[in-house]
Amino acid sequence: MISQPILELQNVNKSFGHVQANKDISLKVNRGDIHGIIGENGAGKSTLMSIVYGFYQADSGNIKINDKIIEIKSPHESILSGIGMVHQHFMLVENFTVVENIILGFEGEFVFGEKLNQAKESLMKLCEDYNLKIDLNATISDLSVGFRQRVEILKALYRGAEILILDEPTGVLTPQEVDELFKILRSLKEQEKTIILITHKLNEIMILTDKVTVMRQGEIVGEKNTKDTTKDQLAEMMVGRSVLLRIDKRKPNIGDTVFEVKNIDVKDNLDVMRVKNVSFDLREGEILGIAGVTGNGQTELLEALTGIRQVDSGEIKLYGNIISSKNIFFDPRQLREQDVAHVPEDRQRMGLVTEFNASENLIFGYHHQQPFSKSSVMMGKNIYNHSKKIMRDYDVRPQSPFLVTSNFSGGNQQKIILSRELHKDPKVLLVGQPTRGVDIGAIEFIHQRIIDMRDKGVAVLLVSVELDEILSLADRIVVMFDGKLVGEKVNENVTDREIGLLMAGITN
Amino acid sequence: MVKAVDKTKVPWWVSNAVVPLVNLTLAFIVSGLFIFISGENPYQALKLILYGSFGYLEGIGYTLYYATNFIFTGLAFAIAFHCRLFNIGGEGQAYIGGLGVFLFAFYFSALPVSIVWLLAILASMLFGAAWAIIPGYLQAYRGSHVVITTIMFNFIASALMVFLLVDVIRDRRQMGPTTEALVKEQWLPMFKNIAAYFGYKVGYSPLNISFLLAVLASFGVWFLIWRTKWGYEMRAVGHNTQAAIYAGISPKKNIILAMVISGALAGMLGVNEILGVHHKILVNFPAGYGFTGIAVALMGRNHPIGIFLASLLFGMLYQGGSEVTFDMPNITRYMFVAVQGVIILFSGALENLFRPQIEYFFVNTMKQKAVT
Repeated sequence: MISQPILELQNVNKSFGHVQANKDISLKVNRGDIHGIIGENGAGKSTLMSIVYGFYQADSGNIKINDKIIEIKSPHESILSGIGMVHQHFMLVENFTVVENIILGFEGEFVFGEKLNQAKESLMKLCEDYNLKIDLNATISDLSVGFRQRVEILKALYRGAEILILDEPTGVLTPQEVDELFKILRSLKEQEKTIILITHKLNEIMILTDKVTVMRQGEIVGEKNTKDTTKDQLAEMMVGRSVLLRIDKRKPNIGDTVFEVKNIDVKDNLDVMRVKNVSFDLREGEILGIAGVTGNGQTELLEALTGIRQVDSGEIKLYGNIISSKNIFFDPRQLREQDVAHVPEDRQRMGLVTEFNASENLIFGYHHQQPFSKSSVMMGKNIYNHSKKIMRDYDVRPQSPFLVTSNFSGGNQQKIILSRELHKDPKVLLVGQPTRGVDIGAIEFIHQRIIDMRDKGVAVLLVSVELDEILSLADRIVVMFDGKLVGEKVNENVTDREIGLLMAGITN
Repeated sequence: MVKAVDKTKVPWWVSNAVVPLVNLTLAFIVSGLFIFISGENPYQALKLILYGSFGYLEGIGYTLYYATNFIFTGLAFAIAFHCRLFNIGGEGQAYIGGLGVFLFAFYFSALPVSIVWLLAILASMLFGAAWAIIPGYLQAYRGSHVVITTIMFNFIASALMVFLLVDVIRDRRQMGPTTEALVKEQWLPMFKNIAAYFGYKVGYSPLNISFLLAVLASFGVWFLIWRTKWGYEMRAVGHNTQAAIYAGISPKKNIILAMVISGALAGMLGVNEILGVHHKILVNFPAGYGFTGIAVALMGRNHPIGIFLASLLFGMLYQGGSEVTFDMPNITRYMFVAVQGVIILFSGALENLFRPQIEYFFVNTMKQKAVT
């Protein structure tokens, strides 16, 4: 059979503000292919797919499905055209069952009855056809992330998707869950479904796809048959130059213990114990990596170390003094004054006030200190000069201190945070997901800065769900699973397989 | 179809001047229809409004007197709003603020007048702030929503004041629930008197030097919000509480601080009303200014300059409107409540109705100019 394009994009353009997210994109996706779209974050992959799915509308250009130009004004129309999308963040109602979630918006009648049973039947058939193992009556909140993703896939299939778009589907999965997902995707391909896989992970492209399109700065820079290309070649196309995938670093020069964490328990806002009896030391001149799948207590651990959350029992000592225990609690400002810098996991939710302009965010948390404010009056000129300098040093683009922060790309927002936290030469650096949603060029930059800090004798704690990041940066690795630290390894000859098993809670 | 335009290319004067003016014009056109349906000539009505409010000195006096009240209550709402607090309690805070003014002026009448004025102004702020700090505290530490508590505090203020006016501080020689008047020396200088001092003869209007206090307060609020650490922290809490905690900014403290300043500003309405105009406490003297202040602040986009302009507009409607009802028997004062409503509707709720079209038009014409 000659493969023919099921989806074709012709000269699609889209800009947001002064940023052109998609420049003259033309793309053909063949029926029955797994088509990878790879690029740095901010390269325009997600925007492009959001156009196809009807979240955004292109400024110009055509979308053709089966050789017919169609106009997609909303996700509803794209669903009708046979396009389904599995988002990075799942769109499920937590307290609904699987079936209820899937028929949401397509209930068909006022009172559930016959239709619901029909839906169940056809869903069961779909599960069988595509080898999706899901309990249709389970409540979403009881399901693991991997299963939730399957629900999303099933939802798309139920709505008649011929083309399935997956946006960074493996970001939240354990290596074992990733394997399962890939199996499902392959069986979908066997059934003539077309899959578009958006990712920035080269491994996935190499393993899974038939064709790959590389995007950079809103443009397509290349299209290859996967079997004719290599990881290095793709990486080079993505960045526009060759990159080091592993960072060279010297042996650590370890000094005194800075943080001593002893048997701490930490609860979240809902009073659920998220960190359970955790102990570790953090020493000068080393990078301690905490690996683990999202939601295993890393967030709460980091918040406890930075004074955002008080421990429920146990104690945390900084330079030998207790900073958090049942009775003692230092807040983030006090810790910052003791040279503890914190790059939070979620920059939009915590690290930045996105409505503030860049210069306001560049002093955030340090705004009460000289020279940014004197007797409570903000020193506009000092803040401006500081911002100018720091934006130049860290290559934040555009270099406009008065631009509102939400107009900066993810990578540049991250640079704003990083430059702010590093500018005062901290003694301790606590970093969460430093490169989440950041492009490869910026990843390299950020990693290098973290290594530089370590070499200067700073104690670095790195929390990341990116195994590659932990493996390439950390000197010691601990894995967090279900609130506990399982296994500590010195980062020599550790394989991602080993860590992956620990991340899944398999200790032997 | 109109496409969304690049926001950074839209000149500031289009989004901050042209769009509000278009909305205002539309509001006036719709209001004109109302007047037409009532059987009066909208054009004549508009002329009367403009003449009544800005056409002669006494009219201007009244307009600015109303504006003074709106500036205080508008600023009060705005400052809380920058911390994302919906302070609906301006009315009650103004009422209690007025009590403070009267008590200090009345019981410290032995002191020199200038000191009494200063004390009375401080008292208005203190009493207003005290009335706002309780809802602020409850919001910060107990999570009781400030909208609910401030509304309740309006009722409490109203009941408390009626009690005081009837049973405690009533002028026993009077039948009605009012206090004794302050001695004449303590009255704030009127616009009329100041003009007379410079040799101009102007008829009575309630405008007094509180207007200058309001202008000063506008500047103070601007400075506080955008030029001080406190304003910075309040805005941070307002935009993103999580991030504020991360940065070591206490949301609790800032919620209370924002409410305190908000209450203090609302309380200053008492200076205009008690020390400036009535010279005694009348039942319900805030007369809805506290609520209208919310609309004024929203219309002025919570910026002191915007609030000043919106206050002038509402002052104009109050003053010009009363002239119209006087001259046009078919138009009642309720018509002007409706007109206010239409203005709030167009410049608040429907603010973005024509914004994309207007911005598109300007950005496009400028592009074409740049090409040719």
